[in-house]
Amino acid sequence: MSELRQRIKTTIESEPVVAFVKGTHQQAYCGNSQRAMHALRSVGASFTAVDVLPDPAIRLELSALTSWPTIPQVFVGGELIGGADIVQEMAASGELEAKLDEKLGDRWRSPGAEKTVSVVAVV
Amino acid sequence: MVGTMSGRLEHLLRDAFPDASELSVVDRTGGGDHFHVTVVSRRFDGLSRVDQHRLVYEALASPLGDGSIHELRITTRGAA
Repeated sequence: MSELRQRIKTTIESEPVVAFVKGTHQQAYCGNSQRAMHALRSVGASFTAVDVLPDPAIRLELSALTSWPTIPQVFVGGELIGGADIVQEMAASGELEAKLDEKLGDRWRSPGAEKTVSVVAVV
Repeated sequence: MVGTMSGRLEHLLRDAFPDASELSVVDRTGGGDHFHVTVVSRRFDGLSRVDQHRLVYEALASPLGDGSIHELRITTRGAA
């Protein structure tokens, strides 16, 4: 496994809620990334964003890991729960909160606690 | 041509989901690269939404891979 893929995997496994997006939690550069983050916010979930734009390899390695070809990708407790469409559907139906509760207990309820982390090695 | 791309996606989806009771491809912007596809099929029965969407991505791997789809929205449902 490449170093980059390992860092992606570690991020997915260690962050309670992580969204791989085009942009950051403050500024999305794609409507779908914006929709996914909006859905997480709408249920009051804190999340960690990872920007895939700095290096095309991030997206390639992520997709190889998940068998999911598009961005965004949202993970809860290490599990891929979907892209923008699924996360939006789940937020609207109440399934998203149920999934967060099931996977994380109370750990996800800190509205506004958002950050963006990098998976690209610091050189 | 704009219509050609929608037709190509619909053809690929019909091949992958011949039993589909509902199947549509909407060109969201009219530009031929932002699509919303909806598929209702027995193939989705018992699958998680993530796996349902994976089947759609698989069916559309070629246009996704060659960059002719800029944005894809997916709605899926099992037939059960």
